[in-house]
Amino acid sequence: MSSSNPLRDPADRRLPRIAGPSGLVIFGVTGDLSRKKLMPAVYDLANRGLLPPGFSLVGFARREWAHEDFAQEVHDAVKEHARTPFREEVWQQLIQGMRFVQGTFDDDDAFERLRSTIEELDKAQGTGGNFAFYLSVPPKSFPVVIQQLKKHGLADQKGGSWRRAVIEKPFGHDLKSAEELNKVVHEVFAPDQVFRIDHYLGKETVQNILALRFANTMFEPIWNRSLVDHVQITMAEDIGIGGRAGYYDGIGAARDVIQNHLLQLLALTAMEEPASFDADALAAEKTKVLGAVKLPQDLGRDTVRGQYAAGWQGGTKVRGYLEEDGINASSKTDTYAAIKLEIDNRRWAGVPFYLRTGKRLGRRVTEIAVVFQRAPHSPFDTTATEELGSNAIVIRVQPDEGVTVRFGSKVPGTSMEIRDVSMDFAYGESFTESSPEAYERLILDVLLGDSNLFPRTEEVELSWKILDPIEEYWDSNGKPAQYPAGTWGPVEADEMLERHGRSWRRP
Amino acid sequence: MKIDLTDTTASKINKALVQGRRAIGTPAVGMVLTLVIVTDEENAYDALKAASDASHEHPSRTLVVIKRVSRSPRDRTQSRLDAEVRVGAEAGTGETVVLRLYGEVADHAQSVVLPLLLPDAPVVVWWPVNAPLDPAKDPLGALAQRRVTDTYASEQPVRDLATRSGTYTPGDTDLSWTRITPWRSMLAAALDQVTCEVRAVEVEGEEFNPSCELLAMWLADRLDVPVKRSLSGGPGLTAVRMDTSCGAITLDRADGSLATLSIEGQPARGVALKRRDTAELIAEELRRLDPDDTYASALRYGVDRLKASWPGNAPAPAKEEPVAEKEEPVTKGEPKSDGRGRLALPAPVETAAKAPAAEATAQAPVKQEPPRLEPVRKATTK
Repeated sequence: MSSSNPLRDPADRRLPRIAGPSGLVIFGVTGDLSRKKLMPAVYDLANRGLLPPGFSLVGFARREWAHEDFAQEVHDAVKEHARTPFREEVWQQLIQGMRFVQGTFDDDDAFERLRSTIEELDKAQGTGGNFAFYLSVPPKSFPVVIQQLKKHGLADQKGGSWRRAVIEKPFGHDLKSAEELNKVVHEVFAPDQVFRIDHYLGKETVQNILALRFANTMFEPIWNRSLVDHVQITMAEDIGIGGRAGYYDGIGAARDVIQNHLLQLLALTAMEEPASFDADALAAEKTKVLGAVKLPQDLGRDTVRGQYAAGWQGGTKVRGYLEEDGINASSKTDTYAAIKLEIDNRRWAGVPFYLRTGKRLGRRVTEIAVVFQRAPHSPFDTTATEELGSNAIVIRVQPDEGVTVRFGSKVPGTSMEIRDVSMDFAYGESFTESSPEAYERLILDVLLGDSNLFPRTEEVELSWKILDPIEEYWDSNGKPAQYPAGTWGPVEADEMLERHGRSWRRP
Repeated sequence: MKIDLTDTTASKINKALVQGRRAIGTPAVGMVLTLVIVTDEENAYDALKAASDASHEHPSRTLVVIKRVSRSPRDRTQSRLDAEVRVGAEAGTGETVVLRLYGEVADHAQSVVLPLLLPDAPVVVWWPVNAPLDPAKDPLGALAQRRVTDTYASEQPVRDLATRSGTYTPGDTDLSWTRITPWRSMLAAALDQVTCEVRAVEVEGEEFNPSCELLAMWLADRLDVPVKRSLSGGPGLTAVRMDTSCGAITLDRADGSLATLSIEGQPARGVALKRRDTAELIAEELRRLDPDDTYASALRYGVDRLKASWPGNAPAPAKEEPVAEKEEPVTKGEPKSDGRGRLALPAPVETAAKAPAAEATAQAPVKQEPPRLEPVRKATTK
């Protein structure tokens, strides 16, 4: 389409990548995600001039709304959550293509109405039959919606137009269910038209891992087993499960976070250099490294799970997991999980990757820490280097995105004393305010059909292959360790690292 | 905080910057570039305000160079440098130094600026008004990777565009070009929606607005079709009409904010196309610091070829008189291409075929401009 456009020129870097004529249909549009993330992201994209003229937004939900009510709801969501300032003329452009379809997921009439709405939009807005269906719905409604789309011909791509499906995690709860889910989706949408959103991959810092590693010369030569001692990947949350008891109980931290976010971060940190930055080359390298992941032999020793107990979290008294509303007092669901993985290839053999995640931990933080070996020989005597830790490169994913390098430096004074100092790069300082939200980037990529930042079927299935044996072991052995809310997890997790003379970073 | 230095030197200013940062408790900040603003006292305030708004996106060290007019012979013999160092809340997200140059030192501004540049970081020079005609040869311009001019603020914008195309050096750019990015991106998006061939284009906008010429030249350069430049009351650009093989495509913006895009066979749609303020333009300009080849190509297409591409495009000749000397070769060429233009319009199919030839001949005057004497000499030897 754009290749034949004489006004497009790859050298013309000012012209943004604007999505072609298209529309977005959101199922479950009244939900939190849609209000807080999707609608503001659509507005921000429009405000940055990245949406095509005539872009249409269709909401589908049970609520009895007219188009105007829907527009009002979007208006409020945008005003409250959008990143960029509200501008009336952008809103006027957006509002022309807003429609609402009322109905439940098993209501055939509603899907017929959706179809006629889409046809009407093609005529009125020139969307050209290109629509992305964003399924912001509970996992159990998934197959129904997909089947309804098929039944009413909504997934059919006619005459060069496209129809895409966007799905959110969880992508199943084990390998078997993930395969079933993939079957259901791929029966209706071709694999390259299915976009699995892992919003971590839309974050600038995560994309920066690739830039840091492969666009520079100074990091890649040390990025291997000769110099790296171990790698810690942490995603900590300070909140509890809140109102998500129904979803969370039985799923747990490992399935909720390690399977998708942390294993994706591991793949990006450990993978080899891709031949190019296109979707196929990236997926090939990620698949290779995920396929080389080796589980620890003794799962009891090298994995830890926990549940938060009542405690004080940042000055507030909070309940323990088992006392939360809607949680069975004998629940074995993990709210904390830490596992040790190894990667069986020439670059990483013998280097442990420690992955941990949890709720009600000290603070909200996500980071990747590459910790280096100690210097093999030190000309300084031990008293001089007493306070010196290991060198580390820390990629701070959120909040306060950036990169920290830790190394030793002489303390000013007459005696020789060496202490750790940090050198910091903060996104907020070098590029203030320009970082788009992850959802902005990902929605735009869906509309452009660019699948670089979306995990593929194979990656999802490989991740389950890594996690399934651990979950099975946990099911049949022991129960979660308790840790007081507001701390950095159970003591068992500390012991797991201490056995090898290591310790968790305090992020 | 603000530190005032009277009758000072660059090294004292550097010391004050370090002192200022220490005092507010941020000894090192990740500034990404040095922005040098060269202006007069009258325009300094607005320019500095735009720059500090833009610094939210690009933390930078901003050096404002103000050359003061010396009003008496005694003033001219004395040279003095005054500086105002601002760090912290008063300087956006970076640091600002306002330099006031009196007397002889005003001609050696680069000696003051050079020691104050951030190490390694790129340098951008911006002339909000009175930009030199050859920015790369200017002593301050020579320090920079990126030289930003603004023909919109000049007395004879169209003439300046012609001169700039002769002196273009990679890294030059103009805010009149930055202003039309939303238009260009919307027009490109409009052509994404159809598959047809453009036959002719009309660009309509204010007189004395070089953005209209630049947009017209860009379209002529990319599409290789005759482009008509017509006048309206503004504000700014008001419309672009494209005559294509599948009907008319019009992007019309009467009020300077919400435009209407109409494509034949498709419903008319409102698109946001607001005129942007200087801070936004500077922010866009600082986003990329590599040479803008598309700008170069549009600029080199040449104002004169644009005039020639459509009969009646040439504005009233009276205004062009002062530069008549420079444009001699062009006026010679004009009748020829005029005839081609007339031919081309009723028979658009032929235009496409003739385009390469037209390009070659029409380019000639522009290319030969610097060694203009050559053809004359040849003629005499014959």
